[in-house]
Amino acid sequence: MKTWIIVCAYILLAPIVGGLLSGIDRKLTARMQGRFGPPVLQPFYDVFKLFEKESMAVNRVQNFYIIFFLISIIFTGALFFSGGDLLLIIFALTLANIFLILGAYSANSPYSSIGALRELMQMMAYEPMVFLVAIGFYIVSGSFAVSDIVKSETIMLPSLPGIFIGFLYILTIKLRKSPFDLSMSHHAHQEIVKGITTEFSGSTLALIEIAHWYENLFLLGFVFLFFVFLSPLGIGIGIAACLLTYFLEILIDNSFARAKWQVVLSSSWVVAGTLGFANVLILQWLKP
Amino acid sequence: MSVVLFLLFFPLLVGGLVYVIRNATVRGIITRIAALFIAAASILFAVMTLNNGLVFHIESEWLSWFVLSLDAGMALIIIVLGLKHKKYLAPVLTLLQVPLLAWFELTHGEKMTVGNDIFVDRLSVILVLIIGIVGGLITIYTVSYMKDYHYHHQETKDRTSFFLAILFIFLSAMFGIVISNNLTWMYFFWEVTTLCSFLLIGYTRTKEAIDNSFTALVMNLIGSIGFVLAILYIGMNFNTVEMTSLLKLGINGTSVVVPAALLAFAGIAKAAQLPFSNWLLGAMVAPTPSSALLHSSTMVKAGVFIIIRLAPVLSGQISGLMVALVGGITFLIASLAAISQMDAKKLLAWSTIANLGLIVACGGIGTYEAVWAGMLLIIFHAVSKSLLFLSVGTIEHNLGSRSIEDMHGLIMKLPEMAVFLTIGIAGMFLAPFGMLISKWAALRAFIDSNNIVVLMALVFGSAATLFYWTKWLGKIVAVLGRSERLKNDIKRDEWFALGALAILTIGLCFIFPVISNQIIEPYFENIYGQSLPSILSAGNTHLMLLMLGMVLLMPIVMYIFIQLKDDKIVTSYMGGVNRGDNRSFVDSFGKSKEMYLSNWYMDKVLSEKTLSAVGIVITAAILSVVLLMALGGVL
Repeated sequence: MKTWIIVCAYILLAPIVGGLLSGIDRKLTARMQGRFGPPVLQPFYDVFKLFEKESMAVNRVQNFYIIFFLISIIFTGALFFSGGDLLLIIFALTLANIFLILGAYSANSPYSSIGALRELMQMMAYEPMVFLVAIGFYIVSGSFAVSDIVKSETIMLPSLPGIFIGFLYILTIKLRKSPFDLSMSHHAHQEIVKGITTEFSGSTLALIEIAHWYENLFLLGFVFLFFVFLSPLGIGIGIAACLLTYFLEILIDNSFARAKWQVVLSSSWVVAGTLGFANVLILQWLKP
Repeated sequence: MSVVLFLLFFPLLVGGLVYVIRNATVRGIITRIAALFIAAASILFAVMTLNNGLVFHIESEWLSWFVLSLDAGMALIIIVLGLKHKKYLAPVLTLLQVPLLAWFELTHGEKMTVGNDIFVDRLSVILVLIIGIVGGLITIYTVSYMKDYHYHHQETKDRTSFFLAILFIFLSAMFGIVISNNLTWMYFFWEVTTLCSFLLIGYTRTKEAIDNSFTALVMNLIGSIGFVLAILYIGMNFNTVEMTSLLKLGINGTSVVVPAALLAFAGIAKAAQLPFSNWLLGAMVAPTPSSALLHSSTMVKAGVFIIIRLAPVLSGQISGLMVALVGGITFLIASLAAISQMDAKKLLAWSTIANLGLIVACGGIGTYEAVWAGMLLIIFHAVSKSLLFLSVGTIEHNLGSRSIEDMHGLIMKLPEMAVFLTIGIAGMFLAPFGMLISKWAALRAFIDSNNIVVLMALVFGSAATLFYWTKWLGKIVAVLGRSERLKNDIKRDEWFALGALAILTIGLCFIFPVISNQIIEPYFENIYGQSLPSILSAGNTHLMLLMLGMVLLMPIVMYIFIQLKDDKIVTSYMGGVNRGDNRSFVDSFGKSKEMYLSNWYMDKVLSEKTLSAVGIVITAAILSVVLLMALGGVL
């Protein structure tokens, strides 16, 4: 019963929290760039306005993939917040992203196709590290289930320092932050048209934005797992860590110019192959 | 008993029959009926032997000599063909083996006690079903395919009856491998599959085909040397040539590291693992049904069968570590190499090598979890991969090309084929389909058994797998403006085979918990004598089924969606120079230019040559160190 309440709360509240986070992001970014910035509620105004627009498409099926993208993202998040299996969550997330990529491919325009390929390359870059996160939690807590991991007696970060840094590294890709925002950027100055979303407009674009809010929230949930332990204090530390991480990502976003794809791919794999690998190796050695 | 004889001899008989019948129509009818009979017989066999297994012994003085003389006969064929084509390595390799076996039979044959020549358990049943059903479907497909093939390849001499005959002999030999317990028999069937694949690869008789067929022959014969040495070692040390006795000895604590390593070496060569993977890539020159057969239900599956069979005695030993490392490295290297492939068949070949690597790694690790994953991988891979190969074969005949680039917008040109291809691809890597379930279990097995290096290979290789399949899928679903639907001439046989395989690919995802429950878990109870926990929890299984339902609803929802929604259709964005047809743009001279969207192959970064060279060096080093230690008596 409790699980269902949490899942319902996630489905209803995630867009609101995600939208607010996005608004704060824009405000902070503006301040970092010496601008005043839009109101914190601006992302909601944008999305409402997008829903008002006339629906346009290059073909009849492309928007359909986006609906499935949104459903799969919500499904993934619901799995996470219901305490599901981390590996299953990763697989579901992969499936969701593939729907987005297929939508962009389907539109068959040069910009959206390049965006789709770049998105796919970014997926290849971050996947090993995401798996290593799940593996790290499994070795430390003995379970892949989020519901078991949050019941940890102690904070897990000291056992997983390499994996945490590795995760922060690829989180920049997942949150679509510069320097790793190759497939779709929120910054006009470094974007070729609008990347993977070039051919999506109106309500479909609004759905992509909402999916992004849902996604950001359970990505921060991963950060939460590194810090949480079984007490109110643990939950507080976890939430504080999420907010701090989000701020750090905004800072990184505004401090770097977009990197080349070779850098994205090779550095992500190197980070996973060194920090992640070493962390797992040491954990296995220390295991009784 | 009679079903066993039927499986062994009926395909052989049909093979002989189709070889002599020159009338294509009659030959086709016989082939179709025979293939259905073989599939039905394999199901009957499964039903009869699933619960109690089957063992029996044939008391005969002359039988071992008869098998040996058949070995010698095959050696003679290889020598004659080798001399004819001036390829001398294969005859030399075969001359190393048969005399050794004859010497063994002469000096030690008397002392051998063989309890059971035939041994059937649930693992054999799984393989028999795959060979019978998938192999049968491929044979049916072949009837139509070869007609088209010779229409498109006028330069190649029509030897369809020969081709079909070899396919049937192949099936018979595969049945032989998976039900033999007497290793000398198994070796004989093992060599028959080597010879059959050699003949299939060389079908077109072009220089390339002949070269590649000899490469395959040589590599498999190198593997067979391991097999012969294993038989000698087991015979001389334990006075037996039975597989089950070897396993029993190993499980009860006798060191069987050396023979297990040698047999696994033979398996590695047959399963086209690095450093031997070249032969499977070269096998692509042959007509598509033979590729489908080699890759999915036969040949390479014999290699992984023996490794999975040996898993209980490989587990925790240095021989097991060797096998696991070779498999893991092969998975990673082959997955990366697949990214740079434009030729669909070549991509499929690398993907086969990669997936077999995963199965081999599971067998080498040999824990209950790992082997569970390995056995499911064998099943799912056989079905999805044969579907993919046969789809590519049909698409090639319709498009005139098998390049992935030419499949751009296939959903508009050949929608039926696009659907088959999509089902096959989804089955290979996507949640919630079969292969992914097994990968999931493999991942856990690798952590639980502390094999971190193999685990890393799996994690990175999976990311590469995701990349090359999705970009192919993207090509297929791209909607190219103003595409004409091509005339689709899929023959009835092709429809039948493709449709059946597609249904199997999806259906297996629904019934895999039953397979796990009824076949795989009892298999382990027989080996370890105790009941074992389920790998996938009921909750996760239900979630997988929920996702499966969601994905399968897609086409229906898509249909309704297209009917209901009336988006305003506009041209795609090309920086304002779209000429209005979404296919061309106005260039800087004001002229019209065709737009061409290429996929991403990363061939400069991930060159196939460099990758496979690196892989060959590493795996060859691992194999030679362990095998030399084994043979040198260190172990």
